[in-house]
Formats: sequence, structure tokens, C-alpha cells
Amino acid sequence: MVPLQWYIWLATAVFAIGVLGFLTRRNIIIMFMSIELMLNAVNISLVSFSHYLQDMRGQILSLFVITVAAAEAAIGLAIIIALFRNKATAHVDEMAETKG
Amino acid sequence: MKSYQLIPFLPLAAFVINILLGKRIIKDKAHWIAVPAVLASWVISVFTLFDVIGGKVFNEDLYTWIISDGFIVSVGFLVDQLTAVMLIVVTTVSSLVHIYSVGYMHGDKGYYRFFSYLSLFTFSMLMLVMANNFLQLYFGWEAVGLCSYFLIGFWYEKKSASDAGKKAFIVNRFGDFGFGLGVIMIFLTFGTIHYEPVFNAVNGIVGQSINILGYDISLVTLIALLLFCGAVGKSAQIPLHVWLPDAMEGPTPVSALIHAATMVTAGVFMVARCNPIFNLSHVAMNVVAVTGAVTALFAATIALVQNDIKRIIAYSTISQLGYMFLACGVGAYAAGIFHLYTHAFFKALLFLGAGSVMHAMAGELDIQKMGGLKKYMPWTYWTFLLASLSIAGIPGFAGFFSKDEILWQAYASGPLGKIVWFLGAVTALLTAFYSFRIVFVAFHGKFRGTHEQEHHLHESPKVMTLPLAILAIGAIISGWVGIPPLIGEFLGIEHSDKFGAFLAPVVGHPHAEGTHGEEIFVMLLSILFAVGGIITAFFMYIKRPEIPVQLGESMKTAYRVLWNKYYVDELYHLIIVRPTFWVAQSVIVGVTDGKIIEGIVNGVPRAIGGFSEILRRVQTGFAHHYAAVMALGLLIIMIFLIL
Amino acid sequence: MLPELFFGYFAAAIIIFSLIVVTRRNPVHSVLFMLILFFHIAALYLFLDAEFLAAIQVIVYAGAILVLFLFVVLLLNLKEETLIRRYINQWPMGVVFAVGLFILMFISVRSFLAGPKGEISSVLTGQSNVTNLGTVLYTEYLFPFEIASLVLLVAIIGAIVLAKKRLKS
Repeated sequence: MVPLQWYIWLATAVFAIGVLGFLTRRNIIIMFMSIELMLNAVNISLVSFSHYLQDMRGQILSLFVITVAAAEAAIGLAIIIALFRNKATAHVDEMAETKG
Repeated sequence: MKSYQLIPFLPLAAFVINILLGKRIIKDKAHWIAVPAVLASWVISVFTLFDVIGGKVFNEDLYTWIISDGFIVSVGFLVDQLTAVMLIVVTTVSSLVHIYSVGYMHGDKGYYRFFSYLSLFTFSMLMLVMANNFLQLYFGWEAVGLCSYFLIGFWYEKKSASDAGKKAFIVNRFGDFGFGLGVIMIFLTFGTIHYEPVFNAVNGIVGQSINILGYDISLVTLIALLLFCGAVGKSAQIPLHVWLPDAMEGPTPVSALIHAATMVTAGVFMVARCNPIFNLSHVAMNVVAVTGAVTALFAATIALVQNDIKRIIAYSTISQLGYMFLACGVGAYAAGIFHLYTHAFFKALLFLGAGSVMHAMAGELDIQKMGGLKKYMPWTYWTFLLASLSIAGIPGFAGFFSKDEILWQAYASGPLGKIVWFLGAVTALLTAFYSFRIVFVAFHGKFRGTHEQEHHLHESPKVMTLPLAILAIGAIISGWVGIPPLIGEFLGIEHSDKFGAFLAPVVGHPHAEGTHGEEIFVMLLSILFAVGGIITAFFMYIKRPEIPVQLGESMKTAYRVLWNKYYVDELYHLIIVRPTFWVAQSVIVGVTDGKIIEGIVNGVPRAIGGFSEILRRVQTGFAHHYAAVMALGLLIIMIFLIL
Repeated sequence: MLPELFFGYFAAAIIIFSLIVVTRRNPVHSVLFMLILFFHIAALYLFLDAEFLAAIQVIVYAGAILVLFLFVVLLLNLKEETLIRRYINQWPMGVVFAVGLFILMFISVRSFLAGPKGEISSVLTGQSNVTNLGTVLYTEYLFPFEIASLVLLVAIIGAIVLAKKRLKS
């Protein structure tokens, strides 16, 4: 039997890779994919908890996470399209519209 | 829900509808909402009166408004004999004034606004008289003051009108400050502000005193005097009477409703309502009686020489209110309320009659420019005459019974009573004189106005004369419910003083010390004074019109003092208004506003601006920076959690 | 021994594909590697007795969201973008933060204590995973479920409003 902690370590690793991608990449689409990675990491941990505790609630929660991720992807990609139409770039470090 | 609870809320509903929809939708149909509402209130009030006569007294809370530890305020109604009388007075006069206004305000651009304010006033006044606790009384008290302010300044584009509104409001502030303190003192003393427990417990505080600045003051006297402060302001007694004559800038129906029949009598109602408190303090009672008597005489003397028809009636109102306080001060609350009730009819009639005259004269107020109106406006003339006979105290009319009752009760109440009785009797003479001065100068003789005005003279429309006629009937018969036993025996009517007996459960019945002979003497003297006043006026203004002019010449100083209303306004201007302006100019504008507030107002933004100049550098606009800070924050939180 | 072996393979694959996803120069490659990654995650869910979620992972993530990503990547036409540098100037800072976060989480998971077992599970009730999931979702989580549908509705409207071309007024 695979111990629970292995799953959590796996989730941790995927999450950290997501953070890494988000913090280092310039391309906004890759940054979005990094966010999806982080969400998947959370899902892995939730499902493994659900299995370990024999409780359905973990899976329900990850179902909601997937729902929100879908909504977030739709909106986020729409924003990217709108942004690209105006700025003609997909590189985040070339945008500083909110500079104070 | 019992039907009497609808009485105040029907006018409130009319107000809400008119104020919200008036400007766009209702416009000159506003009376179709206001008049039925107040008439319905009147009908319910009549039924309520019969319920109360049948022995039912309502006292219940509808809704708890404020709960704060021991401080509990509810919206509740107390309908007893006193309230029932006030309900009839308020709704009757209000209904008639509403109907009259349909004609009087016809074509005014603020027509819907006028009716909404009238309805709001009616609601507030009903809340005032139906209150079962002091805070609701205070609410009604302030709300009627607010409506009075709105309506005095109704024609706000006229500077004198808006000034008069402000004056009324500010002068009332002085009185209401005392009243508010009185309510607070009641709460501090009794721990509640509901009438019933307060009046039940008030006997327990006799003899207690409170130390203020080193003086021991009897607690009950202090409370009574503070409450009376409010009454002085609201009912325009000396020294706070100055606002009422100026309040005549408002439309005449308003003067009739607010500044004659109802709002200004709220002070008398309040003193009568709080009679358990006042009864326990000799000092307060004497203050009330003397204030009332002095005001009665003082205002009557000013009324003698004025030429503005509404101001004469306004001073007459102050004088009659003085009578009511005089009655309360000698413990004859029932007589005071009786005078309030009859006064509402004849004084509203006088004002509405004056309004009718103004309507015909295109707004002219100076009685010297009138004259001979009798043949042009018969309805107005006859009803005005009946009202004048009533206020003069001619036997058989309403004013006679109530005034005579007051004078007799004053006479019979002891040594101080004799003095106030004397003042009251002299006032009765003056009252008859100045009332008939208006009648003879304005309605008799030859017309003295311009040709244009003469051409324009006409009787007012039916919608205005009908209320006059109804009030005239009231001015005659409303007194017949309070015929003194002396006359009642003579006429063979048993228990003729029904009014006093009706109110006795609330205000008690004063013990009159006096013989039948003295009572007859007092009555005959007041009849004599009334007739004497009328004959003097007739002699001076019809037979020998040169006498008043000669009198004015020979007693120049006295005439000027009276003409200038004893210079009270000028005195207040000197000792209150000017110093206030000076302080405002030098201290508030110069130091507080100029240095402190300006400094804060300008300094705070400057500091914020400087600080944000530094802080804005944090906002780089790069998404990665924000993400990195978030990650750093997460790191720090995790470090703390692990350690 | 066999489960550990399987887990080892899938875990290694997931981590490697994740790293590939975040380091590829061409976004199209990233998306395609992510597709493989999601299949592996779905397989992992099967180990964990979450058949329904495994299906959802394939259908929604791999089938819908990734296609959306691919669609946008193609729409933006980033051909020349792929030639210039892919990392921001301060990329070492990101590496430090990510590694630090991983280490800290790794340490904290070692002292992890599990709570008590739940009541609703396939093992206990002897019913299928979908039945159990549905029972809980449509009873206890009915209200959040409705809110989730609202979130999706808002997302639909928002995406249309944001992406459509402004008509010249």
C-alpha cells in the first residue's frame, strides 16, 4: 500500500513546479498553465486525502476546484485575447499598465 | 389592529404619497389624497371619542423602538379623555383647514408640497397627542416644529418668509433644549420614560432635591420647570413669544392650523398631560400661572395698536395661550383644555376669515387699507363677527364659557390667583377691544384701498366659506358642553359642566374656594368688560374716528412702545444675535475655522499625498513582482507554522 | 511491491512532464506535454478509487481546458515570440522561492497527522464511486453545487464580453 505521504510529496512537488513556472516565465499562456498545474497539485492531495479518510468530501471539493478552474481558464484566456489585441504582446514583463 | 391606531397613519400615508408622486403625477390633484385621509382620521377620532366616553381607555405599545440596557422606548398610544379631546380638536381643525386650502392655495406652484406638509403636520401632531411616553411626545414635538418651519417658509423665495421660518426654529430651540433636559431628568430619576410608571412614581420623589452649582433645587420643581421651558417656546409665552408674530409669513391656512389651533397649544396639552408632576411643585405652578397671566396682558396690549390683520390675531393667540397657562397654573387644567378646545374653533375661524379677506384684497394685510368689506364679503363678515363675539366673551358663545371658567378658577384659587385673575380680567377687556377694532376698521366704514383692489373685491369660493361656516357653528356651540353649574342650575340643566367631568379622571378637579356671590361677581365683571370693550371700540372707530389719532398723539411714548412690541426683538438682537454673530465672525471664522479646521483639512491631504508619493513606488505594475511577494508571504507564513 | 512501483512510475512521469511543461520554449509543446501529464494524473486518480474524477480529469481538463489553451495559442500566432528569451530577468529569485516552498512543505508533510475516517465511502457502503459522489453532492453540497453553476454562467458571459471585438460607436 502506498503511504499517504508519498501522494502529498508528489502534490507538493507539482505545486512547487507550478510556482516555479509562474514566477519565472514571461509568456502569459505558460503562466496560466502553471496555475493549472498548481490546481492539479491541490486536486491530487484532496483525492488522496479522500481515499485515505474514506470520505467523499475530498472528491467533491476537487470537483469544485475543476469547475472553478474551467471558469478561470475561460475568463483568463478571454483576458489574454483582449490583452493581446491591445498590446500585441504575450509577455508579462512588457506590461506595466498598473504602475503606480 | 384597532381602528384608532389608524388615526395618525392615514395622514402619514397621504404625506408619503404626495411627497413622492406629487411633483410628477399628482400635481394639482394633491387634495384628493390629503383631504380624504384627514377626514377619515376625523371620523375615526369621533368614534374613538365615543369609545372613551363609554369608558374605554387605551394604552398600549405598538412597537419597541429602542432597547438599550434599561432604556426602553416604544412607539405606543395612550388614548384617554385628554387625548380624545385633542384628537377631535386636531382632526376637526385640520380637516377644515385642508378643505379651505383647496380654495386658498389654488394655482400655487407648490400646491402638492403644501398638502404634503399639512398631512405631515397632522401626523406629527397626532403622534404628539397620542404618545404614551415622553420620547414619542418629544418626537411629535420636534416634528410639528419642523413642519411649522417648512410651512412658515413655504414661500421660501420671499426672504422675510424664510427668515421667519428660521427664527421660529431657532427660538423654539431654546425652549426645546429645556424640554429635552426635562425628559432626560425624568429618565434619570425614574428609569423609564413611559407616562404611566412615571406618574405613578412621581409622588415618591417629593422632598428630594438635587444640587446644582451649590444650590439645592427640588427635583420635582426642576423637572416641571424644564418641561415648562419647552411649553414656553412652543406656545410662544414670554420671553420666547417673538417667533409667533413673524410666523404669519406663512400661508394663512397654516397660521390657522399650526399657529392658532393646534401646534402652539401643544405646550398647554403637555402641561395638562404632566399634571401629576406639576401638581407637586408650588413653585412651578406659580411660574406657569404668572407667565401665562403676564403673557396674556402683554400680548393683548401689543395687539391694540398693530395694523397688520394677521399680526393682531397672532398676538391675540399669544394672549389666549397665556389664559390657558394661567388656568393650568392655578390647577384648573380642565378649564385650560376647555379654552384650548373652544379657542381652536374661534381662532381658526378668525385666521381663515383673515385669509379670506387677503384672498379678496390680493394679499393686503393692513387693516387701515380695508374698510367696508361687509357688503362685499357677507359670509366672511358674519363668520368673522361671530368669532369676534366668541373671543370677546359674550355670553352664550363658546369663548365666554371657557374664559369665564378660567377667570373664576383663578379667582377662587387663593391670593396669587386673585392677582392673575385681575390681569386676566383686564386682558378680557383689551381682547374685546382689539377684536372689534378689526371688525369695525376692516369691515365697516368706507373702503380705503386702491381702486384696483376695490374692483377686485369678491366673496371667496364655497370651498373656503364652507369651513368658515362650520367653524362659526363651532365658535358658538362648542362651549355648550362646559356650562358652569351656576348657569346650568339657572337654565335647569343638570351636570351642565360635562367637559370638566369628562376630563376629571385625567386632570382632576380643582377645589374652588368661593361663594356663589363671588362667582356671580366674577362672571358679571367679565361680561361687563367684554361689552365695555366692544362699545369702546365702536365708539372709537365708528362714531369718533379721530379719537384714536388724538390718543396716539397725546400718548406718543406709550404708543411707540406698543407699536414696537416693547422692543423685545431689538433687545434680543442686541443681547443674543449680535454677540453670536461677533463670536461667529471672530472666533469661529477667524480661529477655529481659519486656523484649526483649515489646517487639518489642508494638512491631512498634504501628508497623505507625501506619504503616497513614497508608497506608490511599491506598485511596479509587473505581475511577477506581485506574484513573488505573494510567494514570499507564503514562505514566511510556512516558516512561522513550522517553527 | 507492485503498487509502489506503479506509483513510482506515475509520480516520476508527473514531475518530469510538469518540469517540461514549464520550461518549453514553444507553448504548443507545453500544451501537448500537459495533455500527457493530465492522463497520468487521471491514472493516479484510478489508484485512489476516484473513477469519476479520473473521467472528469480526462474530459474536462484534457478535453476542454487544454483544447481551449491550444486554441488560444494558435489564435495568438506567437511564432517569432518563441525565438526570444523565455524567462524573466530575475528568474533565480523565482527558483529560490519555489525550491524554498517545496522544502518547507516537504518538511511539514513529514509531521502530518491524519484525522478520523469519514462515513461515506465506496468501501463502507458497497456502492459505486459515482453513486456515493452523487449522494453527497446533491444532498450536503446542493447549495455550493448551484453556486458553481452560477460561477460557470458568469464565466460564460464574462468570456464573451471580454473577447468580443468592440463595435465602433
